[in-house]
Order: sequence, then structure tokens, then C-alpha cells
Amino acid sequence: MTVEIILECKELTKTFLGFTAVKNVSLQVRQGSIHALIGPNGAGKTTVFNLLTKFLTPSSGTILFCGEDVSHEKPAQIARKGLVRSFQISATFPHLTVLENVRVALQRKAGLATQFWQSDKVLNKLNIRAAELVEAVNLAQYMNTKAVDLSYGRKRALEIATTLALDPKVILLDEPMAGMGHEEIDRVVALIRQAAIGRTVLMVEHNLSVVSNLCDTITVLQRGEIIAEGDYRTVSSDLRVREAYMGSEAAHA
Amino acid sequence: MKTSSYTSTWVKMAIIIGIILLFAAPFLKIYPVFLMSMMCFALFAASFNLLLGYVGLLSFGHAAFFGGGAYIAGYATKTWGFSPEISVILGGLAGALLGVGMGYLAIQRKGIYFSMITLALSQMVFFIAVQAPFTGGEDGLQPIPRGKLFGIVSLESNNAIYFFVLAVFITGIFALWRVVNSPFGQVLKAIREHEPRAISLGYDVHRYKLIAFTMSAAMTGVAGGLKALVTQIASLTDITWQTSGEVILMTILGGIGTVFGPILGAGLVKSLEDHLASIGFPVPVLIGIIFVACVLLFRRGIIGELEHFLSRKKT
Repeated sequence: MTVEIILECKELTKTFLGFTAVKNVSLQVRQGSIHALIGPNGAGKTTVFNLLTKFLTPSSGTILFCGEDVSHEKPAQIARKGLVRSFQISATFPHLTVLENVRVALQRKAGLATQFWQSDKVLNKLNIRAAELVEAVNLAQYMNTKAVDLSYGRKRALEIATTLALDPKVILLDEPMAGMGHEEIDRVVALIRQAAIGRTVLMVEHNLSVVSNLCDTITVLQRGEIIAEGDYRTVSSDLRVREAYMGSEAAHA
Repeated sequence: MKTSSYTSTWVKMAIIIGIILLFAAPFLKIYPVFLMSMMCFALFAASFNLLLGYVGLLSFGHAAFFGGGAYIAGYATKTWGFSPEISVILGGLAGALLGVGMGYLAIQRKGIYFSMITLALSQMVFFIAVQAPFTGGEDGLQPIPRGKLFGIVSLESNNAIYFFVLAVFITGIFALWRVVNSPFGQVLKAIREHEPRAISLGYDVHRYKLIAFTMSAAMTGVAGGLKALVTQIASLTDITWQTSGEVILMTILGGIGTVFGPILGAGLVKSLEDHLASIGFPVPVLIGIIFVACVLLFRRGIIGELEHFLSRKKT
């Protein structure tokens, strides 16, 4: 049985004015898996992430999405193909309500994005679907609250609902648990599990333990290069990973 | 929810009273040319606000569209003898044409760089206005005849043209209001709120910005054309960067991102200028003070602060 690779990058390299942030990174993300890209600060995780979502252009290397070369496409283009990202700092539309936030994501596919001559009341027909998505992330009681007034964790939930509204094939999450307390982390982990049903998730994370139960595959990045890959067990027992995370002394111990 | 419909009833009543007052104005012995030029600037500020308030783009070159519209409309009536409605439409087209070009270049950059590009390009348009033979150089185009509406109704009398201006003004404001409260407007607001997120949702942000920029420039051209007919002159004043600055002040004073803010702002600034000029007070001094007070004390502008106050009371 062959495993389908939905997102792949080959020998991806990115240099900023002579500094190599990402070096020869080759990554394969299996369809339907939850894949984590982890590494200490400055390992190049976010750079890889931005390369995959086209917010940065690679210096060299190729990116394949569903077998198609997307190395030179624009970020909005690959979003339309079904590769949708989230942001490290919660990305919501602060002065729109929770419902409107999700609805904006629905507008484009519904063909209701360029009508400048129509009343925005026509958007109300998207409300049912938008409300479903909002309910799915347990924000039903905040439906008409402006996003700016939500707590950090709820903004995350809203962001995931907005992302799911596009019905993406692959979701890319940039440190979804950053800056959260334990309880909130559990909630977001549950949300990601739920979102991953029938989809592929690639997430960037700082913390190895957070992704231990959640992810099928973990790729560890250090100084722009991949140093280990596999399930949690393989990766966490890898000497180089331990060294990267705990310093060389812990690795010797 | 109940309170918000309550306030919207108030807003509706205010609009109706406003429109009635505007219709009644010629019979109330208010100097009509002043009211008309106020409406032109109000339409100008409202068009400018489409960009600043709903896409978050600060253009520092909108005088190019205002002046461009004024020159083209003036030239069309004066030299070609076109009727006023065609001239005003041509003014709008001139604005749109300039807007597509300037907008295309400016939206490649963000923030202050965007503003600087619009300023630089509008200075180029200003230079053309100074040098080109058809603009009349320092003298400008004057006197511009007001012509006959549809070739039939003469607009030479102030009362006659007043209703033409009023009709264009109301139509223009309605059109802008419609754009802001449309599916397209909703996407614009999303871009204003968080551009990278809008991109990640698959929106071609550049295209939306360019369309909005062009719309804003076109409506500004209409306002400029209208102004040329009202004051019967199209001059360099219409196209200088000071005019670009003035429209920013009007919008900020009235309230960025509100429908009626720019109208109120334009009315206040123009009234002050008119009043102060007649008593010999140096206008720029007061304008400067207002600007500083606005930024320091009420950043949301008059209408913006009012809306904020009402919505706080609601919760």
C-alpha cells in the first residue's frame, strides 16, 4: 500500500542577506496525518512555515502540493487550492463579530465577495453555515461579540473556525499553543484533533511535550536543518534532539 | 439589540431631517454657493474615507483626483461646450483613470511608503497642471460656464444648479454607503483589520485595494468636476498637496470609518475657513490647532466618539 504524500518540499533553502535560515530541508507530509515541526528558538520553524505558505519565496528548492509544483505561486493562490495557514499571533479580524469573522472566510467560495452594488444583507444566507462552524469550536455564546473582546484562547478557537470555513485539504498551524495555560492547551489540542478529522495538519511547535500525544510524525529542526524525524518515541530518544533541547550535558547524562 | 435599532431610528430621522434641510436651504436665504461647495468637499471627504476608513489606506494624493476632475470637467464645458452632467461624468472618469495608475503603483507598498508614493505621484499631476497649456497655468480655467442640464435646463442661476449639486451629492453618498455595506465592503474591512489573514483566506488583496482606490478616485473626480461648475473655476488650489492634507483633516475631524463623519468634517472645516477668512484670522493656525486637538483628544473624530459613547452606554 502506498502512502499518499499531500505536501512535500525538496531541498528547501532560504537565505537572508547571507544568513542561511533554512538549509536543504526536505519534508513529506502524509495525507490525513498530524505532523509537527518542532525545534528550539531560531531553528527556522517559522521560516519553513512561511515558505510553505508562500509568505516567503524560497532561495532554492521546490514545494509540491498534491503532486503539483507550487514553488512560485502567490499566497492567496495556494490558499484557494486548499493549503490554509494560521498565524503565530492570533489572527482574527478584531472589529468584526465572531460570526462575521467566519463569514468572511465563506464569502469567496460562495461567490459573494465582489458585489459592491448589493446590500450586505445577502450575506445572511451564509449565517447558518457560519454559526455551525462557530458552534463547533464552542463559541456559540459569543456569536455577536467582536473578536477583539475575546480571550486569547477563544481567539485561537475563532481562528480555527475561520480556517475550517475554507474546508482546506491541509491546515498549517503556526505555534497554536504559544502563550497558553495548561487548560487552554488541552482545549486547543482537542480542537486540533477535531479539525484534523478527514484533513491533514502540519503544525509548528516550540514544545516537544505538547505535541507528544497529538502528532503522528514529528520533524525536529535545528539551525535550519532537519536533525530527526519519526514518532514521538523515536524523536524523543534521539541523542541529537535531546542535546538540542536540553543542552549537551543532559545528553551526556 | 433593542437599543441598536433604537439608535438607528435616530440616525434615520437625522438623515431625513438633513435631507429636508438641504432641500429647503435655497429658500432659507443661506448663501447657496457656499453650501454647494461644502457638498462638493463633503463628497470628496467621503470618497477619501472609503480608502482610509474601510481599507486602511492613507492616500496623501487625493487632490490629484479632485483637481484632475475639476480641470477635465471645466475644460469639457468651457471648450467643448459639453452639458454639465456629461462634464461631471468625465471628471469622474479622469479621476478613475488617474486612480488606476496611481493606485496600481502605490498599493505595491504599505503604510507610510504607500502615502509617500501617492504624494509623489500627485505632485507630478500638479506639475502637469502648472505646465500643460490646457489648464491655464496660474490663472486656472475661468470662467467656466455652468451650461444646460441635458442641454435643456440652464444651470446659470444658483438655485438651479443647487438642486443638480444636491442630486449628485445624495447619489454619491448613497453609492459610497452601498459599497461600504456590501459583500465587497465586508472583504475590504477584513483587509483593513488583518491583511495577511485576508490573504491566507484566499483573497487577492491587491485587486480589492486597487478596485477600492479606483472607486474612491472616481468619486473624488466627480466631486472635483462638480466643484468646477459651482465655483466656475478650476485652479491650482484644487490640485495642491494642501488640498490633500485638508481632506485628511476633514475626515479625521468628523470620524474615520463613519459614513457621516467626513460630511460633518467637511462642513465644519469649510465653515470655519469661510468665517475666519471674512474676519481676517489666519486660517492655517486654527486648522493646525484643530488637527493637534483631534489627534490628542478625540482620535475617533466627532461622529466616531459619539458612536463609541452610544455603544458603551448600550453595554
